[in-house]
Amino acid sequence: MPEYETHRYDVIVIGAGGAGLRAAIEARARGLRTALVCKSLLGKAHTVMAEGGVAAAMGNVYSEDNWQVHFRDTMRGGKYLNNWRMAQLHAQEAPDRVYELESWGALFDRTKDGRILQRDFGGHRYARLAHVGDRTGLELIRTLQQRAVHMDIDVFMECKVLRLLTDGDGAVSGAIGYWRPTGDMVVFESKATVLATGSIGRSYTYTSNSWESTGDGHAMAMWAGADVIEMECVQFHPTGMVWPLSVRGLLVTEGVRGDGGALKNSEDRRFMFDYIPEMFRAETADTEEEADAWYEDHINYRRTPDLLPRDEVARAINSEVKAGRGSPHGGVYLDIASRRSPEYIRRRLPSMYHQFMELAGVDITSEPMEVGPTCHYMMGGVRVDADTEASTVPGLFAAGEVAGGMHGANRLGGNSLSDLLVFGRRAGIGASDYAEGRSGEPSVSPAEIEEVVADALSPFGRDGGENPYDIHQDLQSCMQALVGIIRTGSELEQALEKLEELKERTGKVSVSGGRAYNPGWNLATDLPSMLTVSTAIAQGALHRKESRGGHTRDDYPGPDPELGKVNFVQRQNAQRGYAAPVQITPEPLPQMPAELQALLEEGH
Amino acid sequence: MTTEPAALASEPETATAPVADTTDSTVTLQVWRGDPDGGAFAEYSLPANEGEVVLDVVHRLQAGPAPDLACRWNCKAGKCGSCSAEINGRPRLMCMTRVDELPPGPITVAPMRTFPIIRDLVTDVSFNFAMAKLVPAFSPPPPPAEGYRMQQIDVERGQEFRKCIECFMCQDVCHVIRDHEENKPAYAGPRFFIRIAELEMHPLDTNDRRDLVRQQMGLGMCNITKCCTEVCPEHIKITDNAIIPMKERVVDADFDPVGWLGRKILRRSKTSPTETAAISAYPGPSPSAPAG
Amino acid sequence: MATVEKATVSPVTIGGTRGGPDQPTVRKDRWWLQPVVTATVLTSFVVYATWAAFVNKDYYVGATEHRDLISPFYSPCLAGSCVPGSHPHIVLSQWMISPAILILIVPLGFRLTCYYYRRAYYRSFWLSPPNCAVADAHGSYSGETRFPLILQNVHRWFFYLGLILNVILTIDAVVSYNQPGIGIGVTVGSLVLTVNAVLLWCYSLSCHSCRHLCGGQVRSFAKHPIRYRLWKFVTPLNAHHMNFAWASLVFVALTDLYVRLVASGTITDFRLF
Ligand SMILES: Cc1cc2nc3c(=O)[nH]c(=O)nc-3n(C[C@H](O)[C@H](O)[C@H](O)COP(=O)(O)OP(=O)(O)OC[C@H]3O[C@@H](n4cnc5c(N)ncnc54)[C@H](O)[C@@H]3O)c2cc1C
Ligand code: SF4
Ligand code: SF4
Ligand code: FES
Ligand code: FES
Repeated sequence: MPEYETHRYDVIVIGAGGAGLRAAIEARARGLRTALVCKSLLGKAHTVMAEGGVAAAMGNVYSEDNWQVHFRDTMRGGKYLNNWRMAQLHAQEAPDRVYELESWGALFDRTKDGRILQRDFGGHRYARLAHVGDRTGLELIRTLQQRAVHMDIDVFMECKVLRLLTDGDGAVSGAIGYWRPTGDMVVFESKATVLATGSIGRSYTYTSNSWESTGDGHAMAMWAGADVIEMECVQFHPTGMVWPLSVRGLLVTEGVRGDGGALKNSEDRRFMFDYIPEMFRAETADTEEEADAWYEDHINYRRTPDLLPRDEVARAINSEVKAGRGSPHGGVYLDIASRRSPEYIRRRLPSMYHQFMELAGVDITSEPMEVGPTCHYMMGGVRVDADTEASTVPGLFAAGEVAGGMHGANRLGGNSLSDLLVFGRRAGIGASDYAEGRSGEPSVSPAEIEEVVADALSPFGRDGGENPYDIHQDLQSCMQALVGIIRTGSELEQALEKLEELKERTGKVSVSGGRAYNPGWNLATDLPSMLTVSTAIAQGALHRKESRGGHTRDDYPGPDPELGKVNFVQRQNAQRGYAAPVQITPEPLPQMPAELQALLEEGH
Repeated sequence: MTTEPAALASEPETATAPVADTTDSTVTLQVWRGDPDGGAFAEYSLPANEGEVVLDVVHRLQAGPAPDLACRWNCKAGKCGSCSAEINGRPRLMCMTRVDELPPGPITVAPMRTFPIIRDLVTDVSFNFAMAKLVPAFSPPPPPAEGYRMQQIDVERGQEFRKCIECFMCQDVCHVIRDHEENKPAYAGPRFFIRIAELEMHPLDTNDRRDLVRQQMGLGMCNITKCCTEVCPEHIKITDNAIIPMKERVVDADFDPVGWLGRKILRRSKTSPTETAAISAYPGPSPSAPAG
Repeated sequence: MATVEKATVSPVTIGGTRGGPDQPTVRKDRWWLQPVVTATVLTSFVVYATWAAFVNKDYYVGATEHRDLISPFYSPCLAGSCVPGSHPHIVLSQWMISPAILILIVPLGFRLTCYYYRRAYYRSFWLSPPNCAVADAHGSYSGETRFPLILQNVHRWFFYLGLILNVILTIDAVVSYNQPGIGIGVTVGSLVLTVNAVLLWCYSLSCHSCRHLCGGQVRSFAKHPIRYRLWKFVTPLNAHHMNFAWASLVFVALTDLYVRLVASGTITDFRLF
């Protein structure tokens, strides 16, 4: 019999990023016994890296702004694949969530008259992002963390959840994981469980995400029988660092282009002029003179193509590199040095200046940067009810990046942090309601626990098996090469085959050393999630035979109006686990009410 | 490529790598390997890569010769404060320390000294989370519907302290607890002095934490030797902008005869009712108190 | 089945076995240089100042030399023993030992309790700690919580007294431009006194207590615009407090030396114009 400790709670929240913290605060405020579980230390979650800001239509800078405009921007940005109800709730509730943060101690930058200052960002019609310099995510997570600490929420840090546990009827009743410092097993029994585990970026070689982004929540939900949607929609940020290798993937903020930086290829040509899509032609400058004049005068000139939506720019960079016009290290040049004065650059982009100076030895005031696309955000995720964040499995809720639907096929900058707050809170309420309504104490099956423990510990029992680091690297190269920004049917099929191979190898992983803080073993327990998620991404991409938002098919370069009306839903049926097959079916999007539909038309 | 881990705990100075290893193309790391039962530096040499940071080398060790080498990290961009360690004897973020900026020769990487060891480079930093619980919360007046009004000049003061990424290197380097274990229960440390300062300088806050910070959080233990400021990766002026101003505020409260006389005459209490409440609610630091 | 009910939530360990090598420091750079230099300069100053304070002569150049230069160590010269001409209006005629002893208390107390000098001597003399990440030389430590170090909290009072001295030394500098018997003019000595006064002002105005009293103590700058402006003015000075501390320390000794050399006739005070 395996040894483990058991904890009983009303609500457990897995993940302590913005979404998880907000959910736990809400559940605890209801007086429920609440636990917050995260696999690194409290306050280190990936949310801490967010820079730009929180989108909320407070109208502090432009009084014309309101939730309707924000809603419209979000839907257009998501290429109408969004869950309309989520987009609506998000736009309506974001301002209150931001004000609430302030009453918990957050210090946002101010306008002259003392209100919260808002900044411009791509895809947002008005200046809408409440921010704190370029460290908004830190402010958000620290504020929530400090709030949580004072509410006596039990925090289980460096505790990695391996699997959700279900009762006899298939309702989620808890979870099992292990303490990273000791390797000891922990079982949680809970009436309601909230997933807030964030992103999937670690399945790619070049990503702006932290090591935690292994898609555990996506995978655990699927293993518990929940639906996930839109897994093919992965956002690649066009500008990540490419050199030195050690920082490849690190984000270079959109602000560089916003402040005058231009993309150039090895022939010193501003290639974005060659990639203006039909849809944006009317509003985009077609000469360099006009593009440069736009920075000073938005009214009489059209926008520079360097600031086309993220998916368009990422694709263009990719094509240039493929055509052999890239920079020495496989990116393109982002040049602000020849276009703005050193003083201006240092004043406007202090952290970028230091990031390049310290990590790459590049002085961006005198040399161009080398940049290339980097895996940044997962639009897809657990299918949830917009109002309660309940998944399709009873007892399981999801919020934040792990939940799907809110952002459709492409996320606007700044909409994620507000998503965390709005739906984190709603998930907390949803889970609390469910926990209060659930009769009896939840029960978990010892047999299931035993199986998970045996599985997790199996790598210690093998000798001379596969090295988890090698498998991880192979997985990353496979996803990067075959399921990257530009996809084609044949490559996706190849990727799916390759993933099956990797799953087989994962069954033979062996690790050395003990259980206490053993990174090799920790990685071995991450592999199943990454494989499940990667499979879902590749499979979704294969089925969506069109290009839309973050998903681009070389063999289907345009959008297909029919496919724009469906979600690709994936789930595991009777067989569960990383080795089991994943079913995929198209299902119609939720129907939008006429008055919201009218709002969308208005914008055109 | 990898030399056998050698026990060099007592004399790392003499641990010069073989001549062939000190060429430009090799990086030699002496990494602390151990747990509560003891440990020693183990030496590894790897071919150097251009532009690498120390954390990259540690990762390559994990993927190669030392798959179970424990270290914390998250963002690899100096934003989360996970990867604190003592590089060549000084607290630094592994992800922001470039190998080529360090002097030639072997690089020592040891865990933070002040906190109990878990394994290799990972320490138990729960001390800090326990101390975080002791800071009385922000307590503003109820918000107006439109949100609070504050001026940029006021929020900027607090923003400096809110840049803190909780790397806990200031706590690590502070000799009050680094060299005097027995002070830990009564000393919150620089990270929490800036937290207190942030709240005390918040234009909307209504608490007064001066007695608390003096009597129970050990502000007087700090002898302003400024090592916390020296190691802070966020360049927060911990001593000048938080600790000294807090010491001066304590002087206002407790050591200023003019103020004292004024209060006597006007019969004013120097503690606000909220502070009195905060102090009486203060659980007092106890070494074994669980966080939960 | 070995199940522990509610065993632990993230366990808290405050004490415990530490990792890393058990040695005072792993630093290989010249960390000792800074405390050694500090200790050397401070010791030299103390030795010189003690000698200069006790010799009780050569601190004033008066009308006989057509000058009015007084050493900052002896100004204001309050004792009955002061040489003729060096007196201000108040005289403590009973005090017959060196007048420097009377007034040096103020700058001594000011600098002894200065936040910067505290850092400097705690590091270089008390070795607590000698440098960052180098072990403290003492077994136990109570910081500034007990007598006598709790008295460091009186710094603010020395700051006020220091301001008075600054005013006096400024007057000394101003009057030195009037050379008795010759008229208004500029001599090297008057410039030395002026620079000395300026540096002392910089030192005082950059003081942390000064910054606090100017505006640092308010909760909201927006509600106290004038104090905010004062604070804004002294804050950049405060950033250089260490530099002013050293510059003024060295220069005050040089000023005394200069006056001493002129008074003893070793050199003459050159008149520029
Ligand atoms: C560089 C960068 C900049 C960004 N800038 C912006 C921006 O300006 N504006 C914006 O709106 N968005 C931005 N984003 C996106 C945004 O930061 C993320 O989408 C968001 O933070 C995700 O939050 P989350 O709460 O869902 O999850 P995360 O913050 O990723 O947290 C995940 C949590 O789950 C825990 N966890 C995961 N797996 C397990 C497991 N198996 N067991 C236990 N715990 C687990 C982790 O420990 C962690 O606590 C940015 C992203 C990046 C990478
Ligand atoms: S200045 Fe004070 S808090 Fe900072 S390291 Fe020194 S003693 Fe510790
Ligand atoms: S104050 Fe600086 S050194 Fe201390 S924890 Fe925060 S970031 Fe780290
Ligand atoms: S890994 Fe985040 S600070 Fe180094
Ligand atoms: S004189 Fe140095 S701090 Fe006051």
